[in-house]
Amino acid sequence: MSAFKAADFKLLGQYDFEPRSIQRGYAMRTLHLDVGTRKATEKPVSEDMKKRFTGGKGFGLKLLWDATKPTTKWNDPENEIVMGMGPIGGNTNYPGSGKSLVVSLSPMTGVPIDSNVGGFFGPYFKFGGWDALELQGKADVETIIFIDSNKGTVQFFEAPANLQQDTHLLAEELTHAFARDEKDLQSVSVVSAGRGADHSPMGILNFSLYDKRRQGIRVKQAGRGGIGTVLRDKKIRALVCRFSGVKPDLNNAVDPAEVQRIGLKLHREIIVNDDAQCKMRKQGTAHLMEIMNNYDLLPTKNHKYGQDPRGDELASWVWEKLFSQNLPDGCWYGCTMACAHAVDHYELQTGPYKGSKVCVDGPEYETAAGVGSNLYVYDPLGIVELNFYCDTYGIDTISFGTMTGFLMECWELGILNAERTDGIDLAWGNWKEAARILHDMADGKRFGVLAGKGVKFLAGYFASEYGADPQLLKDIALHGKGLEQSEYISKESLAQQGGYYLTNKGPQHDEAWLIFMDMVNNHIPTFEKKAEALHYFPMFRTWFGLQGLCKLPWNDVEPADNSKHPEPNKVPEHVENYFKLYTAITGEPLTWDGLVKQSERVYNYQRSFNIRQGYGHRKDDYPAYRAMGPVFEDEYQAREERYDRQMKEKIGIDPAGKSLAEKVKITRDYRMSQYDSLIDAVFKRRGWTPDGCPTPEHMKEIGMDLPEVLEVLNARIAGRA
Amino acid sequence: MIRYLKLNDEKCVGCLTCQATCSRLYFKEDDPAKSRIQLFQMGLGKFHLVACDQECRKCVIECPTQAITVNAQGVVMINKSLCVGCLACVAVCPIGAMRYFPGDPAPFKCIACGACVKTCPADALEVAEKEESPASRLPFEIAEAARKKEVHS
Repeated sequence: MSAFKAADFKLLGQYDFEPRSIQRGYAMRTLHLDVGTRKATEKPVSEDMKKRFTGGKGFGLKLLWDATKPTTKWNDPENEIVMGMGPIGGNTNYPGSGKSLVVSLSPMTGVPIDSNVGGFFGPYFKFGGWDALELQGKADVETIIFIDSNKGTVQFFEAPANLQQDTHLLAEELTHAFARDEKDLQSVSVVSAGRGADHSPMGILNFSLYDKRRQGIRVKQAGRGGIGTVLRDKKIRALVCRFSGVKPDLNNAVDPAEVQRIGLKLHREIIVNDDAQCKMRKQGTAHLMEIMNNYDLLPTKNHKYGQDPRGDELASWVWEKLFSQNLPDGCWYGCTMACAHAVDHYELQTGPYKGSKVCVDGPEYETAAGVGSNLYVYDPLGIVELNFYCDTYGIDTISFGTMTGFLMECWELGILNAERTDGIDLAWGNWKEAARILHDMADGKRFGVLAGKGVKFLAGYFASEYGADPQLLKDIALHGKGLEQSEYISKESLAQQGGYYLTNKGPQHDEAWLIFMDMVNNHIPTFEKKAEALHYFPMFRTWFGLQGLCKLPWNDVEPADNSKHPEPNKVPEHVENYFKLYTAITGEPLTWDGLVKQSERVYNYQRSFNIRQGYGHRKDDYPAYRAMGPVFEDEYQAREERYDRQMKEKIGIDPAGKSLAEKVKITRDYRMSQYDSLIDAVFKRRGWTPDGCPTPEHMKEIGMDLPEVLEVLNARIAGRA
Repeated sequence: MIRYLKLNDEKCVGCLTCQATCSRLYFKEDDPAKSRIQLFQMGLGKFHLVACDQECRKCVIECPTQAITVNAQGVVMINKSLCVGCLACVAVCPIGAMRYFPGDPAPFKCIACGACVKTCPADALEVAEKEESPASRLPFEIAEAARKKEVHS
């Protein structure tokens, strides 16, 4: 089907390497590619690097730190995209073991972003004998980088002028161009962005996998923080990796039978329990939709509300019907959780591909909430359409959803009008008009480009250009550090506000999801308990990113007797699985403390990295007030009973006789002070100063007292940076 | 039509000859853990035989690389060169007929070759045929429904 063959591309440079087998999960070397000079360099991985940084995101951050300067901006040539796979990554036995961890200095935040992504590229690259891939420099021509992990070649090609740009076509075309024949299609994986990423900092990387049943490519996204924009800034059209011969033990595990045993144990648990638990195999993460709506947690109208009577129109059963069923929809081999569902044969209703029937990857929960209820869109097909165009244009569905919710609220408030949006009608629920923003983004048209800059920029722009109230705009522009918040209502859970905003990269749900523990079950009522949870869970969950693992098989399926354990939230039996899996592959023992320590090293290193780049202050860790409480009087009224009760019981003020405006103000002052107390408790628990700087003593204790790190921290503590 | 190994539990005398025949044929050793047919004692003089019925085909549905397919005789086959050894097929098999030997890269299962039929002293085994069923057709219907019908550029 492809218009191209690899031989059609103009070869600009080539580097040959010796493929190396992995030993105990590690190749002990990394590959650095300078796309500007088209040179490749092998770098050894030292035992010290392995010990301190473990792998995956740890290696990524270390290599990125070494490659950049405190002054490096996202679009400087020295900024890198680094992809690390982790020692457990690539095994085919334990569900969720195919993740690549991508880091870069983010165009949205200026600090390192990290993103955990499926698809075949990372493991295929690893099997050539690498622990990480660095991409540095900027190409002078549109470039395709092809890595053949079997042959041991890296080739730089010039992308022909008529090569596709949007992922659903580009990745398909390149998969066919680089596969040896029709039978080889599953051996190729492509990483690409799309035209939207050319014009917006919220660009994503799409990692492809070839789906034999659908006979086409699927894509999974490294979605957050704009790494796709960095890719395009480097003029890289695509990365392509080819590897054939996937076998269960390419990691050369110390005990492959044990890896099989633990993997099979979880496979069986998933097969038996999933249908009665999360239904990931039928619905993926979209199973959460009605749960969140019922608990008043589903973002609705730019996170103003947490539920709506129309919520069930987007419920899990709606998605189950739209998703093709009974397909092995894992994003890496051997993932029986199989949550990477798709809507097949969807006929597009808008845009340049209108009328085409396409396979749409997703929507997952974050997308269904972000471009669905959050925009007051209750047409599932509208969500499918926005999902598709976000992906193929290379745009993050989460940032796009939160950003468009902000725009729609600005429209409702009269800050925006048709003149200011170039005629786009941003009334709530108008998904076809939201799609126009996307198409304009891809085409580089004014309003699309403006919108794509994200809510932090837009809040400032609307204040200065349109004279809108700057504080109000700040209150409803849901971002932390410049990254849009992901799609859970956090305002009724103080711990979750911390889970979102006391993070290294910005408000993303992958560090700690504490809403149920905190708000629904009230298990962590004190600041100390919240702080403990905001220490443990981010550390624990960081560990997945060091290993090449997915978080979902940890707690989106549980052993049948999990609730009997004193700490069911930790899913202890699955944590035990991880110890055994890690030991079976690497040969190294691992305990609960050891696991947390591995993560703590990298987590604190990342915080130090933020500090080196001039961020990482306490002031960088505050949410927009929308994430903390009701901004408007009608927002207060929507939960008046709850807020009044809290005022009486928690604040100690009788709401009777108070005006709505007074009650909004009292609530706000109280919640701001609570958040400050939370920061104090969390920073203390993490071993940080009140300004959020890891202390040198703490760094020594966790084995991260590296001279270059201490220099940064001492300068911050001394007030020099 | 589907060719399969028909198991007659009531005739089985529990001599284990079938397992020895099978593991010798495919693994060159006499080890019940490497036999594609399994035998369980259910009480004094009562036995239960387990081997793939070739019909349920949940493993065919589950295999991410389509290493598990159905041949012209209707027998479920594993293509070892395509198998990535994930063992998802072992997990989904409702009767435990898809097996693996710890440390070996690929699973194994009965392919109704009939070797055990010839050595069984009690006529408890036979290679038989049965009609296709909704279950046996399902993997093909699923794949056909998901297949991309149009390609646009």
